[in-house]
Amino acid sequence: MVKTRRIITTLLRLLALGATLSATVVMVTSHDSADVLNLKFSAKYTNSPTFKFYVIAEAIATGYSLIVLFLSSKSLVWRLIVILDVVIAMLLTSSISAALAIAQIGKKGNSHAGWLPICGQVPKFCDHVTGALIAGFVAAIVYLVLNLYSLHAVLSPLFPVKP
Amino acid sequence: MAPQSGTEKPMFGYGSISCKAKSRWSWTLVGLRLLAFLATAAAAVVMLLNKQTKTFVIATVGTTPVNLTLTAKFQHTPAFVFFVVANGLASIHNLLMVMVDLFGSKVDYKGLRFAMIAILDMLNVALVSGGANAAAFMAELGKNGNSYARWDKICDRFGRFCDRGGGALIASFVALALMLIISVISIVKVLKSNK
Repeated sequence: MVKTRRIITTLLRLLALGATLSATVVMVTSHDSADVLNLKFSAKYTNSPTFKFYVIAEAIATGYSLIVLFLSSKSLVWRLIVILDVVIAMLLTSSISAALAIAQIGKKGNSHAGWLPICGQVPKFCDHVTGALIAGFVAAIVYLVLNLYSLHAVLSPLFPVKP
Repeated sequence: MAPQSGTEKPMFGYGSISCKAKSRWSWTLVGLRLLAFLATAAAAVVMLLNKQTKTFVIATVGTTPVNLTLTAKFQHTPAFVFFVVANGLASIHNLLMVMVDLFGSKVDYKGLRFAMIAILDMLNVALVSGGANAAAFMAELGKNGNSYARWDKICDRFGRFCDRGGGALIASFVALALMLIISVISIVKVLKSNK
């Protein structure tokens, strides 16, 4: 029983690690440039502080998942890990929602503020960012599922507290 | 530990923790939840009523000026709509939890009380953090613009809108910190009661 729980949490963490890693890498490697009316229009992830925050948050989550994966059988810190999981899940959801808000403006613009969409000029950048956002969304969902599973497993009287 | 009368509530299915610690912790928790409820409700209401109308003179035809009236409302931006919805839901959750803590000792939860509270607290922390961060970065965009994408800032023209939005954001971040503390306390309660 305990082994099943360990296997499931390790699998979930591996999945989350893959998702956050791919989100970071895809966002960092996204850039495109276009020439519009003799003006060079280049789009990189550093142009927007939101995307910089996204990369930093996903990198932190990747590092955390990596460390916890290798933390296996020490049973003293597992309660701290449950609490840190909640904090990291919160970080992931906040970074993905902020990046989604800005990406939505980049795609559709905001007519009330006079902001034109930029996806028409730099389509490759937009596609890359979309891919990174999908990976980040998957990572946030996986971390939420991991948290729910940890809480459920801790609460069931059949399982001991230490996984 | 021998149960004392008055302050101990029976925990269905789990062990029991000391009574003095429970009443001190539970009153702290109720107080924190009330504060978080007030903060989320204030954030939602302030952003809901956030609106500013301004008339600009854009041209003069002969002697009559041509006016253009622009309105800044929170509905124009999906991030702010999500912010209002998230804070509204979180304030309802906090109110419900305060009611459960104060008046819910007679209801039979079938041993799931701490579990449901911990899980719901965690979900609402994620919700509020998503809403607050989306609105924060949207507000940063409105304040500074983005020269690379040729997006102008709007805070120099709609100052009151930006100020009120900033106030709502501060309230929401305070609520987020409080709700994170509450969630950690709930999880610690669950972990302790399962010893």
